[in-house]
Amino acid sequence: MEVKNLTTSFFTDDGIIPAVDHVSFHINKGEILGVVGESGCGKSVTSLSIMGLVPNPPGKIISGEILLNGEDLTKLPEKRMRQIRGNDVAMIFQEPMTSLNPVYTIGNQLVEAIRLHQKMDKKQARNRAIEIMKHVGLPRAEELIDDYPHQLSGGMRQRVMIAMAMVCEPKLLIADEPTTALDVTIQAQILRLMKKLNENDQTAIMLITHDLGVVAEVCERVVVMYAGKIVEEGDVESIYEHPKHPYTIGLIKSVPDVHMKIDKLYSIPGNVPKPGSIKQGCAFAARCEFATNRCFTETPPLLDMGHGKSVRCFLHETVEDVSYSV
Amino acid sequence: MSDTLLEVKNLRKHFPIKGGIIGKQVGAVKAVDGVSFLIKKGETLGLVGESGCGKSTTGRLLMRLLEPTEGQIYFEDQEITNLSRKEMKSLRREMQMIFQDPFASLNPRHTVERILSEPLIVQGMGRAEDRKQKVREMLEVVGLSSYHAKRYPHQFSGGQRQRIGIARALMTRPKLIVADEPVSALDVSIQSQVLNLLQELQKEFDLTYLFIAHDLGVVRHISDRVGVMYLGHLVELTESERLYEQPLHPYTKALLSAVPIADPKAARNEQEILTGDIPSPSNPPKGCPFHTRCPKAMDICQSQSPDFQEVEPAHYVACHLYHDGKLHV
Ligand SMILES: Nc1ncnc2c1ncn2[C@@H]1O[C@H](COP(=O)(O)OP(=O)(O)OP(=O)(O)O)[C@@H](O)[C@H]1O
Ligand SMILES: Nc1ncnc2c1ncn2[C@@H]1O[C@H](COP(=O)(O)OP(=O)(O)OP(=O)(O)O)[C@@H](O)[C@H]1O
Ligand code: SF4
Ligand code: SF4
Ligand SMILES: [Mg+2]
Ligand SMILES: [Mg+2]
Repeated sequence: MEVKNLTTSFFTDDGIIPAVDHVSFHINKGEILGVVGESGCGKSVTSLSIMGLVPNPPGKIISGEILLNGEDLTKLPEKRMRQIRGNDVAMIFQEPMTSLNPVYTIGNQLVEAIRLHQKMDKKQARNRAIEIMKHVGLPRAEELIDDYPHQLSGGMRQRVMIAMAMVCEPKLLIADEPTTALDVTIQAQILRLMKKLNENDQTAIMLITHDLGVVAEVCERVVVMYAGKIVEEGDVESIYEHPKHPYTIGLIKSVPDVHMKIDKLYSIPGNVPKPGSIKQGCAFAARCEFATNRCFTETPPLLDMGHGKSVRCFLHETVEDVSYSV
Repeated sequence: MSDTLLEVKNLRKHFPIKGGIIGKQVGAVKAVDGVSFLIKKGETLGLVGESGCGKSTTGRLLMRLLEPTEGQIYFEDQEITNLSRKEMKSLRREMQMIFQDPFASLNPRHTVERILSEPLIVQGMGRAEDRKQKVREMLEVVGLSSYHAKRYPHQFSGGQRQRIGIARALMTRPKLIVADEPVSALDVSIQSQVLNLLQELQKEFDLTYLFIAHDLGVVRHISDRVGVMYLGHLVELTESERLYEQPLHPYTKALLSAVPIADPKAARNEQEILTGDIPSPSNPPKGCPFHTRCPKAMDICQSQSPDFQEVEPAHYVACHLYHDGKLHV
């Protein structure tokens, strides 16, 4: 899948908010891409745009293309989009309760999803559902299948959501903060499950999170977003070991480490700006220790650094390989 | 005077579960089930554990915001478990709380000035003019400006609101602050600002913290000693360095290995992943509360609950594997 120059804006009383601002990236077949950034930077709106689920009004895709196997999703009628959502792309959300129907049993919902995709009678579909539930590590699948969503714990619900997504054997799974609401021990189970899914079924995964640890653990490539824009992209190891964008550097240094104690944490001064509140210059300029006058007037382009890496910062315009160790 | 600021002994809180049409008690949520520890003057004691293990309930119990089902609480060597509401009132200025959600805990219809003055008014401290002055000073202390006094909570960002929450807790110049997930709702960049602020204030005002969080990295960063809770029990308690470098309890080990690490090389190591879910505190397992998920569980663990004992100096563990500091197997 390839996203080209995507801009999605919200038309609100406070003006037009470009929540996603000329964003371009791609996901290769069978890879896990991490999308990181702090609250409000446009991660969820990016995924909703891909799914064709941006609430309209107030939101709208203003420009750009989302190419999946040569089809531009932004141009498709809703009917075709629905087919894509059921077959090619599936999404799991942070709070699974909002996407499971509380009045139907887990079994009802799984069986319905299965029968939408495969010609099976109810009995066969039920057996398939139990099989998938076991596959995602749900205990006592035969009993659990007749439970309602509220009878399950958060981690179990998230596994049901993954089971639902697996039913349609998607080529791309978009997971928006799938473990944020979960405890670390349950999170570790879910992350392992997603990795297994990726390895066994070659499902490409776009994993959205603000947790840099989660990304380091499961992703191959990372996209870092700030105020609606991509500010850095590259493979996981280069981003964590040689981050180039001052924001990425600050972000990595701000995370307290379980394995090492330091006296004082690094902290980026100031606050995350609202998308669109910065009209000119680099969106990070007010918080950046390297900012020059130019950063406040000119918007830095996303510079291609080669080897699949890119960074949006004037510092990297001239020197080929400036990087800072963390 | 001893160097202990607060001590709790065998603290329990069982919330009744009512059922049936007449609402008689059919069970109990054993939110805190026999917890003992002390907090030394000037230290930060961290409390970690997964959702529902009883961290907040413990914090609220020692603030006397909840009545314990059993156990004793001592503040500066004085037992406060049975103090009346009136007697507690003057003690309140010595102990304050900071909450996770700075927005929910600040009245949206009040200005920052009013929010920060309130603890002083309740305590009958200062004249109106002095209070105004104190509010302005405190805003500067937490990194805001005195002109912020006239604004309302919704006009601030999440990090700034948490600073207001901290300022409010500091107004009465307390000795103890119970901080319940004070940075959990904040972005990493804002989180590190608030953690640094809490550390600076601790030095400046000689504060003692009980710091509750589920983020093990955050807790390691800020704490001198750390206690680990599971299903209403303290399972391990020791100096922060020791807990993270040489955890003894099987649950602590599993918890630490489950934390994703922001370092791709380190993170790819095989970890031991716990299976199964956390049992419900209304129906906890018999014996050791962890035995249903423990990779080291033995027969005895199913029937006998292990004592919380000092297995090496200043290192407390509740596990049958340890006896006089040695592995039992
Ligand atoms: N329905 C909406 N109406 C108006 N603005 C919106 C709406 N949804 C999102 N936005 C705006 O779009 C921006 C990006 O939001 P988005 O949900 O993508 O952030 P995010 O990166 O997913 O953050 P989080 O980590 O908090 O989930 C936000 O700043 C918000 O102001
Ligand atoms: N007022 C109450 N009435 C009934 N049960 C309660 C009450 N308060 C807490 N509980 C229960 O007590 C247990 C412990 O709750 P507590 O809030 O102390 O956990 P916690 O460790 O702070 O969790 P979290 O990390 O989710 O904040 C939970 O099972 C909770 O549902
Ligand atoms: S462009 Fe300028 S302000 Fe922006 S990140 Fe680079 S140095 Fe900092
Ligand atoms: S007492 Fe037994 S079950 Fe409990 S932690 Fe120790 S070994 Fe595991
Ligand atoms: Mg989001
Ligand atoms: Mg809590």
